[in-house]
Amino acid sequence: MEVKKRKKRKAFVDAAACVACGCCVKVCPLGAISVFRGIRAEIDQEKCVGCGKCAKECPASVIRVQEVGI
Amino acid sequence: MKKHWYDYLWILSLTYLVLGFFNILFAWLGLLCFFIPLLISVFRGTKGYCNRYCGRGQLFELLGGRLGLSRRKDIPGWMKSKGFRYGFLIFFFVMFFQMLWNTWLVFEGARDLRQVVTLLWTFKLPWNWAYHGTLFHDGVAQFAFGFYSVMLTSTVLGLVTMVLFKPRSWCVYCPMGTMTQLICKAKYKEK
Repeated sequence: MEVKKRKKRKAFVDAAACVACGCCVKVCPLGAISVFRGIRAEIDQEKCVGCGKCAKECPASVIRVQEVGI
Repeated sequence: MKKHWYDYLWILSLTYLVLGFFNILFAWLGLLCFFIPLLISVFRGTKGYCNRYCGRGQLFELLGGRLGLSRRKDIPGWMKSKGFRYGFLIFFFVMFFQMLWNTWLVFEGARDLRQVVTLLWTFKLPWNWAYHGTLFHDGVAQFAFGFYSVMLTSTVLGLVTMVLFKPRSWCVYCPMGTMTQLICKAKYKEK
């Protein structure tokens, strides 16, 4: 039987444009996001499942969900 | 997700705006929204205020998010550019110092108290119903009128961008947010 391998999706932050408001932290259902020293949001790629809630919420729209190769 | 006590601070922000319609002297409480974020960033090096406690942000989240009063569109590129964010911070500072100057003039007796709330740095709204005299100097009231103008103006701007873009679009160009982020960056470089 052939197993279809789905590509994984992960969220990425444009760190330079991030305002560190923390909206993404609040909506992340997996607690995968933290604000690094009040400078930018950081996503724990291990925990992220690429649901896109953060990208939708981000008021600056600086989070993108992208497919990543395995 | 579990709600914390600080998830209800939007009630305080809303109360603050309402109180200003009854007694302008409550405007002084707004200084908390200036000092707490600054102190957190200076001493802890985080934007803990924005991230957790900002009642205004929560209010926009509630109105724009839960109540759906937002188009949820991307904010234009220029509005999230460093140039605009820093420019708006400087503009805000200039206006703030002008307000302090006006307060000082009243303290000095060089000018009479003006019972006016200035919206968007332009429109002078008569606000005399919210002032009933105090035991303090008129300058105390002048500062309250000026400070409430700052708070109301930024709320109105925040509401407009909430409707046009994402609920918390205000956070992108909020002068306090920009300032605390700059402090955090400077503190991180120090180490």
